[in-house]
Amino acid sequence: MVAHATPKSNESKPIAALLVAAAVAIVGILIVVPLVSVFYEAFSRGVGGWWAALADDPDTRHAIWLSLTVAPVAVAINTVFGVAAAWLVARFRFPGRSLLISLFDVPFSVSPVVAGLALVLIFGRQGLLGPTLAWLDWKVIFSWPGLVLATTFVTLPLVVRELIPVMEAIGPEEEMAAVSLGASGWQVFTRVTLPNIRWALLHGIVLANARAMGEFGAVYVVSGHIAGATDTMPLRVEKLFQEYRQPASMAVASVLAGLALVTLVAKFVIERRLEAESRDLEAARGLENTRLEATRP
Amino acid sequence: MPPTVPPVDEHLHAGEIPIMTRHTASLALSLAAVLAGFAAVTVGAEPAASGPPVSLLNVSYDPTRELYRDLNEAFARHYAEEHGRKVSVKQSHAASGSQARAVIDGLDADVVTLAVWPDVEAVAKSGLLRPDWQHRYDNHSVPYHSVVVFVVRKGNPKGINDWPDLVKGEISIVTPNPKTSGNGKYSFLAAWGSVLASGGTDEDAKKFVTELYRRTPVLDTGARAATATFSQKGIGDVHLTFENEAQLEVNEANGDLEIVYPKKSIRVDPPVAIVDQNVDRKGTRHAAEAYLGFLYTPEGREIIARHHCRPWGENPPKPARGENWPVVETFTIDAVGGWQTATRKFFGEGGVFDAIYQPTGR
Repeated sequence: MVAHATPKSNESKPIAALLVAAAVAIVGILIVVPLVSVFYEAFSRGVGGWWAALADDPDTRHAIWLSLTVAPVAVAINTVFGVAAAWLVARFRFPGRSLLISLFDVPFSVSPVVAGLALVLIFGRQGLLGPTLAWLDWKVIFSWPGLVLATTFVTLPLVVRELIPVMEAIGPEEEMAAVSLGASGWQVFTRVTLPNIRWALLHGIVLANARAMGEFGAVYVVSGHIAGATDTMPLRVEKLFQEYRQPASMAVASVLAGLALVTLVAKFVIERRLEAESRDLEAARGLENTRLEATRP
Repeated sequence: MPPTVPPVDEHLHAGEIPIMTRHTASLALSLAAVLAGFAAVTVGAEPAASGPPVSLLNVSYDPTRELYRDLNEAFARHYAEEHGRKVSVKQSHAASGSQARAVIDGLDADVVTLAVWPDVEAVAKSGLLRPDWQHRYDNHSVPYHSVVVFVVRKGNPKGINDWPDLVKGEISIVTPNPKTSGNGKYSFLAAWGSVLASGGTDEDAKKFVTELYRRTPVLDTGARAATATFSQKGIGDVHLTFENEAQLEVNEANGDLEIVYPKKSIRVDPPVAIVDQNVDRKGTRHAAEAYLGFLYTPEGREIIARHHCRPWGENPPKPARGENWPVVETFTIDAVGGWQTATRKFFGEGGVFDAIYQPTGR
């Protein structure tokens, strides 16, 4: 792997340096500088000012609370759905399977604003289900369920997309062995499937949670912008900024940025575990093959 | 001052009927509750209008966030004193057109306080308001007015003093999208009307607004986003906006921005209305009507003036002690054809704005 890069390396040194400099400049300008400036502005009035901006404003408190409830619910829905869907797609062959896999990606390719508008068209007062919901006196759009629906939609592919390749790589052999030994469906899932996919699942959950916390577009459309009721953290950041309360706005933004950094660390740890596991898997396979060859007459 | 008190009373009588019928339905339930717990008997000592706290939702346009925050606080105090009942008013602000759309789609507003007549009318057309909404409060349900003014950078470096200056040379203009924003609509109509007011024809006006929007690099969806574009992001040489928004913008800029009053401008008339279907369903009519009525009381007018909106009626209070309202010669929407015609002609599908505006992306 390393060997073939060495012979030419002397000639391409300036180009390499240039590319590295470009990469560093881009990362610096696009990621590091904005991130640092968010924290700088957020703490411009000290830690006390930062805390006061977050804790003393009831609308901001509510926004933080709302994000901390909407995101986990959306992620939980996607976890259950993601595991079930990945299992279905990885273990079974049926007509329409590839179409289903492509449909999982729709939330990635559709603009979040369009997703929000679609929800309004279905659940709004004049929408498809509007009259039924009005009769039941259920609020979906411009209230908590709408925020959960919108967030679930935009984060839908993250868990399932993470699991499909892992499940396909592991293969059905262990599960079939468990079944042949008399394990029930639930036993197969909790003792064989789940332990095998746990790191990939966690990876998906972490990514989905990060996306859910930061979602703006789809939530913007279905929120109704009611301060202290339907503003999530990202919406609150915008509102505070527009109301000339920039330090407060950046304080909320710093919480979001902090969450992103935590996500980054979690992602890093999990990815190392994932790599270790795939190495183990390969090593086990290799061992099996040599054993098979050894026993060959 | 008393002549400006709104005709709240007659509405209250009409409005109380649905509330009472709702209450009789729940009377049996509360009776059972009283029988179940003797402690509940003590509640009977409170005045008749009292009850559980009421929560109202005011769906408004973009630049009224600070105004209604103050009004809501004062109203809550006023209502508790008058009726012994706690009320809290929640606020939702965005571009006027988008807000009307949201209420039509089910945003549970008790009152709408929007920037332009067509937006409230659109909500009425959807069946949520009674068709006579305009006649329920004084001055066609317009409690205060404003004017479209210019905000320029410190020292007015581009020398922008009146409408014709906007299209002289390299000038970059900030104003929101007239399709979604009430501020955007009024800016367009003010520009159009300024040409007619100085003796120009429709053709001249069209040429003028074409030149104006050729110099508008961004069209934000709402008034407040446009303010942020101009004052916080530093884009543009001049910002066309409502006087109240301009005053706030300049106050927040610590001397970096100035207001310019053009010689003539359009009068901005933002109407208010009760969302009948919602208040009757929620049983909030009494509080909602008192809330809009509060805008016409001396205390309400005082707060409105403090936020640089010009209260309707005789002897309007001043924005601050010793600070007079700058005199601007205004024309109304009728000078540009009235809302019915103007909406269709200028902002409708394939209207004048569609014809003259090309997003250049320069």
